[in-house]
Amino acid sequence: MSAVLADLVVGRRRRVRRRGAVVAVLAALVVTIFAVSLMVGHTYYPLIDVWHVIVGDVVPGASFTVGELRLPRASLAVLAGFAFGIGGVTFQTMLRNPLASPDIIGISQGASAAGVFAIVVLGYSGPTVSVVAVVAALVTALLIYLLAWKDGVVGTRLVLVGIGIAAMLHSVISWVLLRASQWDLQVAMRWLTGSLNHASWDVVIPLLVAVLAATPVLLSQGRPLALLELGDDTAAALGVPVERTRLVSIVAAVLLIACATAAAGPIAFVAFLAGPIAARLVGPGASLLVPAGLVGALIVLLADQVGQWALGTRYPVGVVTGALGAPYLVYLLARTNKSGGSL
Amino acid sequence: MSLTHELEVLPAAAATRQRVAPRTTLLLVAIGLVCLAAIASVAIGVRTTGWHDIVLGLSGDDSTIGSAAVVKRIPRTVLALLVGGALGLAGAVMQGITRNPLADPGLLGITMGAALAVVTGIAFLGLADPASYLWVAIGGAAVTAVLVYLLGSMGRGGPTPLKLTLAGAATSAACSSLVSAILLPRIDVMNEFRFWEIGGVGGADWHRIGLALPFLAVGLAICLVSARGLNLLALGDDVAAGLGQDVTRTRLVAGAGSVILCGAATAIAGPIAFVGLLVPHLCRQLVGVDHRWLLPTSVLLGAGWLTAADVLGRLIARPAEVDVGIVAALLGAPFFIWLVRRTKVRAL
Repeated sequence: MSAVLADLVVGRRRRVRRRGAVVAVLAALVVTIFAVSLMVGHTYYPLIDVWHVIVGDVVPGASFTVGELRLPRASLAVLAGFAFGIGGVTFQTMLRNPLASPDIIGISQGASAAGVFAIVVLGYSGPTVSVVAVVAALVTALLIYLLAWKDGVVGTRLVLVGIGIAAMLHSVISWVLLRASQWDLQVAMRWLTGSLNHASWDVVIPLLVAVLAATPVLLSQGRPLALLELGDDTAAALGVPVERTRLVSIVAAVLLIACATAAAGPIAFVAFLAGPIAARLVGPGASLLVPAGLVGALIVLLADQVGQWALGTRYPVGVVTGALGAPYLVYLLARTNKSGGSL
Repeated sequence: MSLTHELEVLPAAAATRQRVAPRTTLLLVAIGLVCLAAIASVAIGVRTTGWHDIVLGLSGDDSTIGSAAVVKRIPRTVLALLVGGALGLAGAVMQGITRNPLADPGLLGITMGAALAVVTGIAFLGLADPASYLWVAIGGAAVTAVLVYLLGSMGRGGPTPLKLTLAGAATSAACSSLVSAILLPRIDVMNEFRFWEIGGVGGADWHRIGLALPFLAVGLAICLVSARGLNLLALGDDVAAGLGQDVTRTRLVAGAGSVILCGAATAIAGPIAFVGLLVPHLCRQLVGVDHRWLLPTSVLLGAGWLTAADVLGRLIARPAEVDVGIVAALLGAPFFIWLVRRTKVRAL
């Protein structure tokens, strides 16, 4: 008996250590690539100049290029990636299905459709757009939940209803974009696949506030959320307030997804891919929230660098994540179906 | 017991004998509705035309402004009819092959796969001849169909509606990202192909319709011939095999027919979703589950439905117009959700 217990303790300790190591490595990678993306570009600035700009000193040339162009862009990449990753994995964990990420079941599309409607038709700009996107994403989530409700909500039905809603909202986005007086490709790409091309502090600050507000809430729900994976009944028997956990997590995750979408558009597949990649890195039985957020940030940072410099044309980040994510998505789908549906 | 005797106890076959008369009537009504949609499609647009103009225009006379507008609207109407019929039939066949109520060429990602193949062909292989688009589109549709079916049928329980739909949605999202990635740097060159991300019949011309026609005809013939085989498949693989049906061959032949239809339809009109989902369900309510009736009715109602959706798209945003792919999705998605709600969870 005590041998079994000892095994359990050792196993748990090993998992915690592995998760800690993965988080540390991911965080180090995010910081490194963040720094590199501030240094390189059309003009190279050494790390010391970048540091001076960050702490507020005036460096000729670098103050504008790094401070006004590269820093907001890289910050937006990190924040949006983190928000998509952590929000996505929350949904995947809660619905016990890696395919139930907000970009597949229509929540990102809800935020995006409202954002593009607010800008093109109503002529709003700035933080108002974020507010509209957040409200619309919450309404979309509620609508999907209600439409999937029939003597309780079943994960599979919710996913299918979400796919229908996503298809509908996607055509609303196309419709509004086609109605716009001129087909502005940059704007269109932002709302269809996600782009960092218009990053500025006005865009970054609201997202930063949302991330700082919602992340602690989600982290506090990490343990009950993990227990929900065992099924509602088991979780309730273990003392988890099932409905409250679910409600709080949904609201916090939708807030993150909506703010990130309002800031950078629905960057394709980041919410979808971050969770499963984090799960593979961390291994079973550990909370995925922080690792998934870091993986998301890393994906967006790297994809933006690839889109900016690696290819002949400058691609918006969403096109790169979409194109690079597609093969992995197919692979993941094959693996998930084979193993019977867990992350 | 002889095979024919065995077949007579099938519910579908029994229902055929009971309902022959009303079904013929229904078919005539369906044809009437298609004609109505077609007339509306040539009559309604930015410029409203009177009966006189329509008659003049249909007889090829474009001497007045009104009849000239009608003449301009004819190819687009023909295209909507053809594409709608093809997608409706393809959807009905796919639902039959997979015994899956949620199957649809758009939802399963097959039309998006065809679009990706065409865009890839134009961008990287230097295709310039519209006739080659068709071959490439059909090839792309076939590859995607096989891929989605394989992905969706892995693991426990075989190809369940949920797994197939998810595999289709994911594949569709993946293909659409790649289409954007390929189109983006070439956007000015390929502005005319923008409809391949949305789906539309506005850019119809007789040349392309003529090129697609043989493919659509072949697909139609293959699908209609498979009707009897699909009826047997509906009984389950074991029973069908027991009745002497080569299950795999039926699936392959009918699948090839529907893939040709989707590929050709996508090559001329871009990816359009939900037509192949909605139309067969409607037809099943009208004529029952016998594929010998279901398939022709799906062609008719598919043609009527897409044409009506195109007319609606011209009406709601006058003087601009909404592409038919958008209208089809806006009307089709609520139906899909209703269908999901109605389906038993166990079956998902």
